Amino acid sequence: MDLTLKIWRQASAEGKGKFVNYQVQNISADASFLEMLDILNERLVVEGEDPVAFDHDCREGICGACSIYINGRPHGPDRGITTCQMHMRNFKDGETIVIEPWRAKPFPVIKDLMVDRSAFDAIIQAGGYVSVSTGGVPDANAIPIPKRKADEAMDAAACIGCGACVAACKNASAMLFVSAKVSQFALLPQGRLEARERVQKMVAKMDELGFGNCTNTYACEAECPKEISVSHIARMNREFLGAKLLSEK
Amino acid sequence: MVKLDAKIPQGPLAEKWTNYKAHQNLVNPANKRRLDIIVIGTGLAGASAAASFGELGFNVKAFGIHDSPRRAHSIAAQGGINAAKNYPNDGDSIYRLFYDTIKGGDYRSREANVYRLAEVSNNIIDQCVAQGVPFAREYGGLLDNRSFGGAQVSRTFYARGQTGQQLLLGAYSALSKEIAKGSVKMHTRSEILDFVLVDGRARGVITRDLISGKIERHSAHAVVLATGGYGNVFFLSTNAMASNGSAAWKAYKKGAFFGNPSFTQIHPTCIPVHGAYQSKLTLMSESLRNDGRIWVPKFKEDAEKIQKGQLKPTELGEDRRDYYLERRYPAFGNLVPRDVASRAAKERCDAGFGVGSTGLAVYLDFADAIKRLGKHVIEARYGNLFQMYEKIVDENPYETPMMIYPAVHYTMGGIWVDYELQTTIPGLFAAGEANFSDHGANRLGASALMQGLSDGYFVLPYTIQNYLADQIQVPRISTELPEFEQAEKEALSQIEKLLAVNGKETVDSFHRKLGLIMWDFVGMARNKEGLEKAIKDIQELRADFWKNVKVPGTNQMVNPELEKAIRVADYLELGELMARDALMRNESCGGHFREEYQTPEGEALRSDDVFNFVAAWEYKGENAEPAMHKEPLVFEFIEVKQRNYK
Repeated sequence: MDLTLKIWRQASAEGKGKFVNYQVQNISADASFLEMLDILNERLVVEGEDPVAFDHDCREGICGACSIYINGRPHGPDRGITTCQMHMRNFKDGETIVIEPWRAKPFPVIKDLMVDRSAFDAIIQAGGYVSVSTGGVPDANAIPIPKRKADEAMDAAACIGCGACVAACKNASAMLFVSAKVSQFALLPQGRLEARERVQKMVAKMDELGFGNCTNTYACEAECPKEISVSHIARMNREFLGAKLLSEK
Repeated sequence: MVKLDAKIPQGPLAEKWTNYKAHQNLVNPANKRRLDIIVIGTGLAGASAAASFGELGFNVKAFGIHDSPRRAHSIAAQGGINAAKNYPNDGDSIYRLFYDTIKGGDYRSREANVYRLAEVSNNIIDQCVAQGVPFAREYGGLLDNRSFGGAQVSRTFYARGQTGQQLLLGAYSALSKEIAKGSVKMHTRSEILDFVLVDGRARGVITRDLISGKIERHSAHAVVLATGGYGNVFFLSTNAMASNGSAAWKAYKKGAFFGNPSFTQIHPTCIPVHGAYQSKLTLMSESLRNDGRIWVPKFKEDAEKIQKGQLKPTELGEDRRDYYLERRYPAFGNLVPRDVASRAAKERCDAGFGVGSTGLAVYLDFADAIKRLGKHVIEARYGNLFQMYEKIVDENPYETPMMIYPAVHYTMGGIWVDYELQTTIPGLFAAGEANFSDHGANRLGASALMQGLSDGYFVLPYTIQNYLADQIQVPRISTELPEFEQAEKEALSQIEKLLAVNGKETVDSFHRKLGLIMWDFVGMARNKEGLEKAIKDIQELRADFWKNVKVPGTNQMVNPELEKAIRVADYLELGELMARDALMRNESCGGHFREEYQTPEGEALRSDDVFNFVAAWEYKGENAEPAMHKEPLVFEFIEVKQRNYK
């Protein structure tokens, strides 16, 4: 298929960006979206132009590196997948595809389609862990966990930290990302001990880093490549409220 | 010849590690604060090591090429992690896990290392559960297990089809905890360009900031290399795009010996190649072989019709199918080890029985399992894998069998290390896939996660202290030393040289050509003539690369083409060493299959009298042939046998 690509080009974080149009020809419907960009980039290199920078790595939907807005949607038109899992059969011959980076203030553009998502790491560092050190832990089966709870914790833990939820949200809220981690640990006995402190610290860090508030549009859930449910946001709100009410200080 | 000392502790097998720990040197808490450790790579091995060092009180500097440690390729491991817990009461034990691993590796690994791995496997599961890793559970609330290749017990713990993700996120959470505490300083988007040796010891690294291009110097009392494998030398592999062998290669060129470089794992269940533009291959977890049955048409005319699209696999009756693994290996059936399954698939396809439009695919069929267990059970077990397959191939695997074909997946070879995981450079340690240590000539499924975490959580935190104990008098290393200046100058000049070539061909086009040479001659089946040709072809390609490669842009910017060029320049040297190693080893063992050495049934034929050793290669300079040193493998506790999965 032949396509017109309208791609956001921005030389650096400080630079002023703009859309640039590119034509690509004879793209196979079986090629992945990123392979289509590879083909474009290979041509740009040969022609002496600067190739389009974008984050990507595993190309099987699990590392969370890819982060492209396609035709106005994070990770493109298909549901429940990342950009790298998108294949060109989802597009029509002759189509114009608009390609942008994540658009959210806490994720500044580094170059072209690459953004800085270190804010997510900072939120995890604020409390997204169970404070155990290596060694000296009980036998794994000493802590029975109801299967239903373990499964729900796994649903939340499936988050790949790509940031599509933030990019999809009109408020650039990180509630789905933060709640997925809070919820995973809140559901498990290992995480319960620190649950109160954890939720307060992570929410405070999220606010400090400039993520917006949740206004319940559920765009995050709709665009999440791992289809993480907004019910985790509800759990986080309960945890947060409970923590505030029961705060010992 | 250099005498390689593996430093295996004395005593009975089951007591070696305990003895080592009882007698090793330790560093007291006050001194730990004064000692710096650099950890390169923050996947399972690197993140777990860095976090554990930080907890102990060392001052840690960790480096990763990604924007976050959570993106390391350990994240993509699907199926599970082995441990000898024997929760299912099916006869497992530390000894049996040890034995299966040695046998699975076709008797080309060290007894003592493998035993230690099996021994600490149980601690890993405990640790991960304590961290909140949501492993699969049974209705009674206890942990569930499943089976993997090369074992007759169920010892694999899993978290749906995302075990690697959950374990990495566990290690990442431990690392994040230490970063917050200030014991670990994390450098993201930072690539190692070279190692710095002072008086023969590893004392630091030269790095490049992948955003600004800035070249930096970092020093430490010890350095840990945990940068994963080099399977991307084949261009197409299941590795992530940025996975690379450059840090290991730089270590080799600075004096670390390279162990068994040709030992590559070709994984039997990957989605087949579909086009020339393809950038990588996708693995379908080995766990699928628990319920999927592998087959090809029994008759060539049916295979041909299927290849032309005139016949559907579901139209073929049982009497016209060949379940070749069940036929050849009745005892292990579809769960034979990876090397055996891959070779059997290649044999059928080469003989003309392959399916798919290229004829380079076999079926993995779930129809029986769906009939037996119901679609919902299969969906619960493998739902995400089936979805992944459907997105890529555009076929519904619940209705028609999956098509699979072997692909490069893992490198058992790597930097040579002794029992302490120390390389031949004092103070430089190697962990995880980056070292050569535990898997011999073939790794069993669900053992990579086990080894990465074993090295990082439970081995290095001990052994590195044994090294650092006599370093407590050494003050912080200055990065102003001439050795740092020299290494930085060399790294920069390599980059300038690449940018100056300004030829006509892209880095990827050279990488693709190298990948084809490697796949054709250093892949699943190797022979003398082909390997000699590969060495010559790689040398020519390397010369061409330095004349004709085009690397756009400058060093002072985000420049993915330059990053790739640095890696491919190294692959063009590493590929040759792999071919040399394969050529030297006149036997077949595990994943290393030399066509000249096979049993009448087409199985790998080892030559224990001559090749019962680890080949450790020493760099001798740019235009000199590398020297090969042997570490003899001594089997004191088990009997070395011809592997038999029948």
